[in-house]
Amino acid sequence: MEYFLIIISAIFVNNIVLSQFLGICPFLGVSNKLSTATGMSAAVCFVITLSTIVTYLLNKYLLDPYGLTFLQTIAFILVIAALVQTVEIVLKKTSPSLYQALGIYLPLITTNCAVLGVAITVVTKQFTFGDPAHMLNLGEAAVYAFATAVGYGVAMIIFSGIREHLALNDVPKPFRGIPIALVTASILAMAFMGFSGLV
Amino acid sequence: MTMTKLQLITKGFIKDNPTFVLVLGMCPTLATTTSAINGMSMGLATLFVLVLSNMAISAVAPYVPDKVHIPAYIVIIATFVTVLQFLMQAYTPAMYETLGLFIPLIVVNCIVLGRAEAFANKHTVIESACDGLGIGLGFTLSLTLLGMVREILGTGSVFGWKFITGDGILAFVMAPGAFLCLGYLMVLFNKLAKKNK
Repeated sequence: MEYFLIIISAIFVNNIVLSQFLGICPFLGVSNKLSTATGMSAAVCFVITLSTIVTYLLNKYLLDPYGLTFLQTIAFILVIAALVQTVEIVLKKTSPSLYQALGIYLPLITTNCAVLGVAITVVTKQFTFGDPAHMLNLGEAAVYAFATAVGYGVAMIIFSGIREHLALNDVPKPFRGIPIALVTASILAMAFMGFSGLV
Repeated sequence: MTMTKLQLITKGFIKDNPTFVLVLGMCPTLATTTSAINGMSMGLATLFVLVLSNMAISAVAPYVPDKVHIPAYIVIIATFVTVLQFLMQAYTPAMYETLGLFIPLIVVNCIVLGRAEAFANKHTVIESACDGLGIGLGFTLSLTLLGMVREILGTGSVFGWKFITGDGILAFVMAPGAFLCLGYLMVLFNKLAKKNK
């Protein structure tokens, strides 16, 4: 039951893009086409889950016991950068077309704040699923990270679907490009607000 | 094309405005502008990191091997962010709590790494400091403006000074309002920029 609450809350209620504002740059940048959006979401999903597990263990067994938590920011970003490099090498070998499509945005996953944001959130924030409020254990952290990434994918795919249709419409000139995307995102965020109170 | 130092500092306001023209650093822009004061604090925090990291990176850039320059820059930026975290914890603990996650996330703000890549690694320390100051001030200005608009519409106050009785339109303080206000401000900016041309 607890895992179920974590998943629903991370995907819909506290959607990472539409209510926590993390990972906005790729959300606006690669959401022009459904196929690139899907690929990007998959890459982010993989990186978020993996990096959260690694940084969680790093924090619990190395930084915390030796009183080095002030190094959190530096250590986490290094782990994430190394992981992204690995994903890039693997993708280049296994799926060159996807690698081509993601282009500049793959190395930019390093500076996608969603990844570092989730990694920091799971080790610092107390969660109130069930009572009493507690810090997440490894299993919950992994599930939370994965569900958050799925939420990212959901928002990204819905949004890119809308934008594909938007591209065919006659948008007033000053609105073209980013502004109309932001207004669309606002309406989408309003829709997601309907989920609040669910958990 | 070389710019004078004054031009470097003022270009961030309109011409190279990081929020409305370059569209960088959207996450803190949307998340922390629930009020004018929060937006301004976030802008100043970013300004602090931007100036120091720009200076440090321009100083070490000639000695960093090209293959590892991104990780090296990120470590430099992360160091200054950690310094900022300590300073804020010590002197402005309340604001540190409010901005929360978005202080460590300055590390991954594309503006900071972007300026390092696009400017600091091929200019002198002084020029890079001016560039950091200019872009940082532009960012602070946009965040304060967005925060002000959202605070006025959402709660009917400016910098905490309330000028209506009752509540504002709460949605503007929440997520949808952030996207909406930024979108419309950008439209306004586009319109005005075109008129000036």
